[in-house]
Amino acid sequence: MRVSADRPSASSFEDLALPLFDQLYNFARWLTQDTAEAEDLVQETYTKALRGFRSFQAGTNFRAWMYRILRNSFLSSRTGLKTTVALDSEEHEDSLPAENATPESLLLAQADREMVQATVSELPVHFREILLLCEVEEMSYQEIAETLAIPAGTVMSRLFRARKALRGLLQQKLKGGRRGL
Amino acid sequence: MGCDEWRGKLDLYVDGELAAAEASALRAHLNGCAGCAADALDRVQLKRSVQMAGRRYEPSAQLREQIQNTIAKTVAKSGSKKPHPAGGLGWQILFVPALVALIFTLGVNFYVGRERAARERVYSELADLHVATLASGTPVDVVSSDKHTVKPWFQGRIPFTFNLPELQGSEFTLVGGRVTYLEQTAGAQLIYQVRKHEISVFIFPERAKEMPSLPEGPVNALSFTTASWTQNGLRYFVVGDASAADITALSKLLRDAG
Repeated sequence: MRVSADRPSASSFEDLALPLFDQLYNFARWLTQDTAEAEDLVQETYTKALRGFRSFQAGTNFRAWMYRILRNSFLSSRTGLKTTVALDSEEHEDSLPAENATPESLLLAQADREMVQATVSELPVHFREILLLCEVEEMSYQEIAETLAIPAGTVMSRLFRARKALRGLLQQKLKGGRRGL
Repeated sequence: MGCDEWRGKLDLYVDGELAAAEASALRAHLNGCAGCAADALDRVQLKRSVQMAGRRYEPSAQLREQIQNTIAKTVAKSGSKKPHPAGGLGWQILFVPALVALIFTLGVNFYVGRERAARERVYSELADLHVATLASGTPVDVVSSDKHTVKPWFQGRIPFTFNLPELQGSEFTLVGGRVTYLEQTAGAQLIYQVRKHEISVFIFPERAKEMPSLPEGPVNALSFTTASWTQNGLRYFVVGDASAADITALSKLLRDAG
């Protein structure tokens, strides 16, 4: 969603921003893990975006701009501040389960929707958000880089580690489930 | 390039971030390497699982109303949405057609944007299905080059029937078929081969309201060549890495049979 290079008018905000409402709420709810907080976050995002719309750089990606506002608002919220530790330690080795060397397609195929939802919720927020932007919002690496304000190379490595962590947790749960039978 | 190097590119491939030439070379490698193909399937499965699981939360109608009100108030305050009514009838005569034209343009743009997004979603889902099927150890559930074996196999498995073409004298061979799903709708997936290329033909009942209109093709989408049409209440999608001429030729055979 790129806005034409003409200066955006206030009236075009509604046409650009309202179609993103459902997706933004879904993203906010995944970040905050709480309905009331997600609602506040979406409200805050729209208010800030409205205020800043005149300074929005026309010709750039509007969707990435909205997601960036939402994410920055989240990171400065009480819940979000707790996650900054995880973000700072990004380059260190994670204490998450290691990926099995052999792909276990059959095992992963048994993971149902609820199990995947629960496992995504357990991931650190920087893994959760990049997975959602890539898989659910179907953003390109470039768009994700704009949204998260990180280089494209970091998008690739963070995405790789997020998937590795998700796969590891799912395998752990599935193996635990099988042992419990 | 060895398997380790190819595997390093699998994430880029499933995310549609690989350049067309490299994606094509990777596909050729997957066709001949069961290990990498299984790895690719694993990644596609994980991606699709997160995609489905991630669409989880819906906002309340109340929140939607609040947001709309916030925008309306701000726009009203700024005065940029509705200019103050002033002047005489002459101003209104100029303003009303301009407003109608603006609403029409915005409406068309919004509609076109939504159509495009829906079209891209369908293309991407079909490409995923095609890749996942080829990467699978058992790409088809009914293995036969005989249309009189493949067509009856679908009876009772999908809620419609279809005709398949005679392939004598053509370069195409039927590999087999399987049941598949698109947008929660059951349909048939048939795999055809032409020289070394595999082509998927997807057939679904037509649900004009749910499915976006696609160009008849052939068109290039996500480095695949695709074609689509509606015939006798069924939607046909042809997806493969074969040439546009091959896709058109197979589409013609299917159309003539349908």
